[in-house]
Amino acid sequence: MFTTRKQYHPYVSPFDPCQPIRTKTYVTPPNLYIAFQPPNLPQFPLHEALKKGTLWKVFYDPYYSPYEMAHKGDGQ
Amino acid sequence: MWIYEKKLQYPVRVSTCNPKLAKYLIEQYGGADGELAAALRYLNQRYSIPDKVIGLLTDIGTEEFAHLEMIATMVYKLTKDATPEQLKEAGLDAHYVTHDNALFYHNAAGVPWTAAYIQAKGDPIADLYEDIAAEEKARATYQWIINMSDDPDLNDGLRFLREREIIHAQRFREAVEILKEERDRKKFF
Repeated sequence: MFTTRKQYHPYVSPFDPCQPIRTKTYVTPPNLYIAFQPPNLPQFPLHEALKKGTLWKVFYDPYYSPYEMAHKGDGQ
Repeated sequence: MWIYEKKLQYPVRVSTCNPKLAKYLIEQYGGADGELAAALRYLNQRYSIPDKVIGLLTDIGTEEFAHLEMIATMVYKLTKDATPEQLKEAGLDAHYVTHDNALFYHNAAGVPWTAAYIQAKGDPIADLYEDIAAEEKARATYQWIINMSDDPDLNDGLRFLREREIIHAQRFREAVEILKEERDRKKFF
């Protein structure tokens, strides 16, 4: 399934001083995949769009911290 | 000329007294990829870019000032009633000595804003690519601030600002497409 959250697994040394982070993540926002916005894309209702920061569903990609993810479990 | 509307682009709410968050947020106020740098970068580049994309730089540059105002409001709310002792705990003691509770254009490490953060190469593609990079860097900065913050109301505002960075990056990419003039894709919105 398509996601704007990508993962990779860096090398971990047996002698790393800190607890190793085995899975690193980064974001590839939707704008990377759309060169020129095609016409007639689906929109949010206007008041919702004002709150979300975009009119266009295809560009909506909210970011939640690990803290928020653990406590709410929504988004992404 | 500008017309000022006396309200914020998006409501700013702060739920906890946490001056430490102000220390992080100031990065988006006077940092290299903060809102001030963005606004000044785009509005300055307008004069030497093809006519077709001047309007875009005006619109986005103007919106960056609206974002600057939101960041200022967040920083102000987080610090306005903080005692010198609380500021000290938050690592803002040096800021307090120099500025009291005033805001100042510097980054999270206290380095003052400089015009060297922004560029105007005069080459439309080079300038737009810098703008795209600036938007992606600002988006990343918002992610790191959201990661450092446990204030849900503040994060709500930061998420809005981050979403706008995505849209701005998209529009700058489209500006590049316009300047490339692909004849088969003459679709405007």
